[in-house]
Amino acid sequence: MKTIVIGVIGADVHAVGNKIIEYVLTNAGYKVVNVGVLSSQEDFINAAVETNADMILVSSLYGQGEIDCRGMREKCVEAGIGDIVMYVGGNIVVGKQNFEDVEKRFKAMGFNRVFPPGTPIEADLPFIKEDLGE
Amino acid sequence: MSKYLMIDFGSTFTKLTAVDTEKEDIIATASHFTTVATDICVGYHNALKVLKEKIGEDIKFDSIISCSSAAGGLKMCAIGLVEELTVEAAKRVCLGAGAKVDLVLSHHINKHEVEKIKELRIDIILLAGGTDGGNSECVIHNAEMLGQAGIDIPVIYAGNKSCIDEIEAIFNKYGINGYICENVMPQINVLNIPSAREKIREIFLKNIIVAKGIKKIESEIDKVILPTPEAVLKACNLLSKGYMHEDGLGELVCVDIGGATTDMYSMCSASAKRMDVVIKGLEEPYAKRTVEGDLGMRYSTLGVLKALSAEEIRMINEDEHVDMEKELHYRNEHVDVVYNDGEEARIDAIIGGICVDKAMARHVGRMEELFSPMGKIYNQIGKDLTQIQYVIGTGGILVNSKDPVKVLSKVCGKPNNFLELRPTNPHYLLDADYILASMGLLSEIDPLLALKIMKKHMKEIK
Repeated sequence: MKTIVIGVIGADVHAVGNKIIEYVLTNAGYKVVNVGVLSSQEDFINAAVETNADMILVSSLYGQGEIDCRGMREKCVEAGIGDIVMYVGGNIVVGKQNFEDVEKRFKAMGFNRVFPPGTPIEADLPFIKEDLGE
Repeated sequence: MSKYLMIDFGSTFTKLTAVDTEKEDIIATASHFTTVATDICVGYHNALKVLKEKIGEDIKFDSIISCSSAAGGLKMCAIGLVEELTVEAAKRVCLGAGAKVDLVLSHHINKHEVEKIKELRIDIILLAGGTDGGNSECVIHNAEMLGQAGIDIPVIYAGNKSCIDEIEAIFNKYGINGYICENVMPQINVLNIPSAREKIREIFLKNIIVAKGIKKIESEIDKVILPTPEAVLKACNLLSKGYMHEDGLGELVCVDIGGATTDMYSMCSASAKRMDVVIKGLEEPYAKRTVEGDLGMRYSTLGVLKALSAEEIRMINEDEHVDMEKELHYRNEHVDVVYNDGEEARIDAIIGGICVDKAMARHVGRMEELFSPMGKIYNQIGKDLTQIQYVIGTGGILVNSKDPVKVLSKVCGKPNNFLELRPTNPHYLLDADYILASMGLLSEIDPLLALKIMKKHMKEIK
């Protein structure tokens, strides 16, 4: 069974989407490790190391995701899980911006996939399957 | 109608407490120097003589049980994977079992670290790492390292359950005295203490007390059943929660200032006590113990000096008209001096206060400020002790002090430091007869009686 670490990064308390993601991924047959809201990069990474996770899925709804996610890939490298698959999604930047630019910036930060506002988690499942080699 | 004798073999004193179930009270207490280096029975016999003189008759006890922290107590090494997760969980299990954690190792351990285990004369190793179904590669590597180094002390495996077979194979391959129990952290931030704690106690009784020369006392008494700090933890837990129809005192904190260590116990639920915080980090137990091996009245006064900033030392020197640095050095060089009154006792009280303040700073939960678009919010890491009703003090320095409240009230720290969740306005109680460990032992036989006696003997001080 593949393990996915999920959570809401930074000073963000949006708990509802987080629970929906946990529910859908669990139903899809994944072992979900939910670090919850208000989680730091270290919370995600520590949980991933300890559970030998295959993937980290970062949510951010409050617009500050760009600040919160910066340097996360480098920390993964430092923690010995530099190759882990990382997704990010939600309202990850301030205001309405051209998503292609946003995607480019987050990919440059080391995220494998970046999802625009309003993407239902079900829509991610095929990508997860592909990226985890299932 | 029974008479029980409880013995606490401490590092310095062997303390006896005799209890009568009919009177529901203590008959007498007595103590004598511990003689573990030569023959532990000598100190016990001397203390028993004093006790019988106090009672005035030769008394026959129905049961004699004891706890021990003699010969350095129980020294453990905690090994885990990530510092904030399985390492912290392993450390807490050791502390909860009454051990001193002299070495903490994380991630892949190396040969130098294994050497350190030998150097420090560790009694038991607790090997954890990985949640159930999580990382197993690291803990297998660590077991292999212990095996290759020919570690001959007991190793308790309490890590990822998925690789128990591999771990057992390594134990067998190298002839390690290994034990398997449940994972200390089966899921992220979930703490599982009982299984590993029971295993630690079992090994303590089977191996450690033999190795330390305490076992031979068992021909004279029924048995040694607990490491002393675990007995105190049990007593505090009982006093806090109550038993059947007898109410406890509710949430409380207990401080034990010793010559070498300062132990801090908190009995309270770990849930958030206020609306504006989010709890973070590893789950906290109701009964929590921390030990500061660098804070103490004699052996560890140099640690106290290190824990103080230059500014703090100047402040104390000016306010109290002392030379703190000189006093701390002096006590470290003369570990067996006892001051009952006068200027030296006053200085002891100041040092005790510093131990309490620093030990509480490390024990208590704290808040972290975060800035969100909705304004300031808080993460709570650790336990909120602000609502604590009682703070209990135990240990020679408090019992002998003229103003124990002054020492104990340092649990509250400095005003206006609202990010530390210290007790705010507690009542202070004193374990004047030094009975907490004994009552922890008695609670194994008769919890209700132990509770009643504690409620009677913990004296409120003002």
